[in-house]
Amino acid sequence: MKKTKILIATAIVCIATFVAIAADHIDAPAVTGGTSDITDFYAFSGEDNSNIAFVANVQGLLLPGDTGSASFDENVLIEINIDTDEDAVQDLVIQAIPRDGRMYFFGPYATNSTDLSSSIGTTSSIQGVVDITQYGENAITATANNMTFFAGPRDDPFFFDFDQFNSILDPDNSASSFNDPGIDKFAGTNVLSVVVEVPKSMIGGSGNINTWVETKRKQ
Amino acid sequence: MKINNIKIFAVAILASMTAFNCSDDDDSINIPDGPDFSGTYIQQDQMARPAINTVLVNDGMKDAFNTTVPSNMGAMFAEPFQAKLEALSPAYDPANPTDANALGFTAEAFAGVLATDVLTVSLDGETTFFNPASGATLTGRTLADDVIDVELILIFGGEEGLSNPEVPGLVSDNVDGNDKPFLTSFPYLASPHM
Repeated sequence: MKKTKILIATAIVCIATFVAIAADHIDAPAVTGGTSDITDFYAFSGEDNSNIAFVANVQGLLLPGDTGSASFDENVLIEINIDTDEDAVQDLVIQAIPRDGRMYFFGPYATNSTDLSSSIGTTSSIQGVVDITQYGENAITATANNMTFFAGPRDDPFFFDFDQFNSILDPDNSASSFNDPGIDKFAGTNVLSVVVEVPKSMIGGSGNINTWVETKRKQ
Repeated sequence: MKINNIKIFAVAILASMTAFNCSDDDDSINIPDGPDFSGTYIQQDQMARPAINTVLVNDGMKDAFNTTVPSNMGAMFAEPFQAKLEALSPAYDPANPTDANALGFTAEAFAGVLATDVLTVSLDGETTFFNPASGATLTGRTLADDVIDVELILIFGGEEGLSNPEVPGLVSDNVDGNDKPFLTSFPYLASPHM
């Protein structure tokens, strides 16, 4: 009986280790701060407003002392999903995956997969690559197919008095409102950023898109 | 017998996990002149609108939210989101189903919108989470958008959330901007803190 319990416990730990290395912006109960941990996602008109810039950030709350040793994980695919017909199913994806100091980009290319699994679109005619900017270096950017690419550490653009929010939600805490001024939990911290700017003509041209970002780990 | 079944199950899971682990090294195809992009990648995290998982998903469901495709989210999360909104905020009175926020959404309607977690982006006009000056709403997300205040106003503000909020202490975290200025040109984000 005891042995069985140990076996089950071992199995659960194994499952947790392999499957549940997933968290959102320091919010989910599983392992926070893993290499697949998305912190934020942005989509906005570029400086040239015929383009949309997508920003996907991972590995949040990096202190300056830890930023130089943080790196993109070669087993983690960052996938930007684009739905062009308002059914919340992706029609196009842009994939970013690091290899040996460079970030490789595939797409936007068409897919109708609603799967939680992906392979990398190496047959896509639209591809790009950029050297990953090292901590302390000036931003390195690259262009291909009228797209522009960046990958590397940046200041975390998010701002929120996250600790006070949690105190308000905590039933054991008497806090019932935000402070003025609040304290930006993310001030002074860095993230690993992937920025890709894409002509609107390559992602539907006009109207609205729906978009979201996923991280997927190599099995 | 029952215990044996459990044992076999546990061993089978362990074995399959170990096998997965081993196959990592075996199934890579070495292309001599370029990086290896082979293999299958399985989803671990996802996000669209900011802080949805943080604020609206109950403990115990946060990992499930991250691994549910958006087209299936509505069916799974609309009801719990409505319950969460009503539990969090006195601005949504469950006894008064027409109680709404500044966008005119009741708890049920707002939960229905939020549960399918995608970020809608306009390819024609302004892209912003909310711009009080122009009135543009949920047409994208810029780096400078104070998305937390927008969400707080829509959760705690009630019908007149912008001008006369129902819970004044909860409609702004009083952090209104980033600690470093953004760039006007690509890559837009500020350089890292040194």
